[in-house]
Amino acid sequence: MTTTTEPLSRPGFMEGVAAFFRSPRAVPYLLLLPAMIVILAVVLVPLLVSFWTSFTSYNLTKPATLFNFVGLRNYQRLLGNEDFWWAFGRTFMFVTITLNLEMLLGLGLALLINKITWGQRTLRTIMMFPMMFSPILVGFQFKYIFNDSIGLVNNALFDLGLISQPIPWLVDGTLANFSIIFAEIWMSTSIFAILLLAGLMALPKDPIEAAKVDGCNPLQVFQHITLPFLMPFIYIAMTIRSLDVARAYDMVRIMTNGGPAGRTELIWTLMTRTGYQNSQMGMANAMGYISILLSIAFTVFFFRKLTAARSFMGGAQ
Amino acid sequence: MSQMSMEKPWQRWLIRFGVFVAMVILTVPGLWVVLTAFRPNIEVLARPAVWIPQQWTLDNFARLFGQSDAQQGLPVAQYFINSLVISLTSTVIAVVIGMAGGYAFARYRFRGKATLFLAFMLSRTVPGVALSLPLFIIWARLGIIDTSFGLIVVYLAVNIPFTIWLTDGFFRQIPVDLSEAAQIDGCTAWQAFWKIEFPLARSGLASAAIFAFLTSWNEYALASQLTRTTASKTMPVGLMDFTAQFTVDWTGMSAMAVLIIIPALVLTFIVQKHLIAGLTFGGVK
Repeated sequence: MTTTTEPLSRPGFMEGVAAFFRSPRAVPYLLLLPAMIVILAVVLVPLLVSFWTSFTSYNLTKPATLFNFVGLRNYQRLLGNEDFWWAFGRTFMFVTITLNLEMLLGLGLALLINKITWGQRTLRTIMMFPMMFSPILVGFQFKYIFNDSIGLVNNALFDLGLISQPIPWLVDGTLANFSIIFAEIWMSTSIFAILLLAGLMALPKDPIEAAKVDGCNPLQVFQHITLPFLMPFIYIAMTIRSLDVARAYDMVRIMTNGGPAGRTELIWTLMTRTGYQNSQMGMANAMGYISILLSIAFTVFFFRKLTAARSFMGGAQ
Repeated sequence: MSQMSMEKPWQRWLIRFGVFVAMVILTVPGLWVVLTAFRPNIEVLARPAVWIPQQWTLDNFARLFGQSDAQQGLPVAQYFINSLVISLTSTVIAVVIGMAGGYAFARYRFRGKATLFLAFMLSRTVPGVALSLPLFIIWARLGIIDTSFGLIVVYLAVNIPFTIWLTDGFFRQIPVDLSEAAQIDGCTAWQAFWKIEFPLARSGLASAAIFAFLTSWNEYALASQLTRTTASKTMPVGLMDFTAQFTVDWTGMSAMAVLIIIPALVLTFIVQKHLIAGLTFGGVK
């Protein structure tokens, strides 16, 4: 009996699938099919490969090691490796510091520009300037400007008589970290400023007028009306930004490439060094997984804040 | 209006000063690079510093295209063509595929919709540099490493989620009634889409396309690992040709930087109006 029903049920199943794809219910799935195939091939499958690789001792120079399962050894070694923890901690600090400073500076800039009535459009266009720059160009630009012998910054300080010895912006560990943070902030503050300015322009005028009539001072108006209204915009900007925090890799790659002596090493630069230069792909993929989780954590954190702020806004309207 | 009258003159000047300082910081570094692209190398290395260019030159650009006898030219023309081909192709395909997806999310209710949307957005959070490791392994085995095709496919995956997000927002802004009315008047669903909804969403699609183009044009982390030779190297990867271990060709790099910026500059100015709208309403509403 079973042997006869099996071949019968297969065409039945195929017909069912065929019928589904001809029914109107299938339309959204068909529309999404190409997108799903691309993401599957270029993101999902590679992620599975990289997940597998992170449990092997895969070395680029020895292809056979791709199937040499070593369990959690890569992860264990990473967790016991001081260089990795420095890079991880530095990346976390780097992202936290830059995102917060970008948000504060962007808010400040948006508030200032909002006060200017003449030429606002031109100012907004100028603000877009850093957004057109490829991160690799931002890195090159600041590598040049912070260069100790021919850079713009040292030349200016020299000619103004403020220094007699060149400041080693990219050679000293602390200063190099300052320089890459400066470059990152230069690159991304505009995104915050532009989005928050859009928020300020959409700000309803009535509650502000009412608050002023009731005797609120400018600080109180900002704290109780402007800021709560801006919160969703702040979180959108944060979410958008946290999506591509790893852009900083391009910039650091060209500016210091992790140096001097690993003092600006971020998880992303350490990962490529381990994978491509030292050929330890298994180890690099383990690191890659940790960096992916870090990125997702930042995005999910801000996205949840955004959803909360949005539902709060919806309730208020 | 009332806000303005509340400020005292000194406050107004303070605001203007603050904005001025911010604008100087935002523009001077870029302008300095552009200036360097048109100066001879001697002037850049001179001590004390030469602030105002004493002689202008196009030699740095000539050098990029092998038109100068001072130094052998780099294959920058080929990099430029590669960048253009890869960015344009992946943009066109990503917009078509992304638009179909965005339309599905905006117009249909179906099982697994929220999960699927989240999955697309999460795929975008994977850092390119982390994704480059497994892609390098797979692309090498498939034999599509160092080909334009390999990079185009990768950029599709980078651009599709964002295109879906943008077009979903744009289509949701167009009332469903319009297409329904057209269908009652005898249009098919397909005709209603092409004649009614597509024209209305066109400006949104244009900005999605420009976003996708700029992302591909500026991308470095993936391209630097998946390309090797002039067969597929793009402009951002080619920029690194100028850095040897201890020497950097500042004027040559600046000239190449100008070549990378010009298309981005033109496109960003074209979309700047849509850019802000596209970014904000998708999230707030």
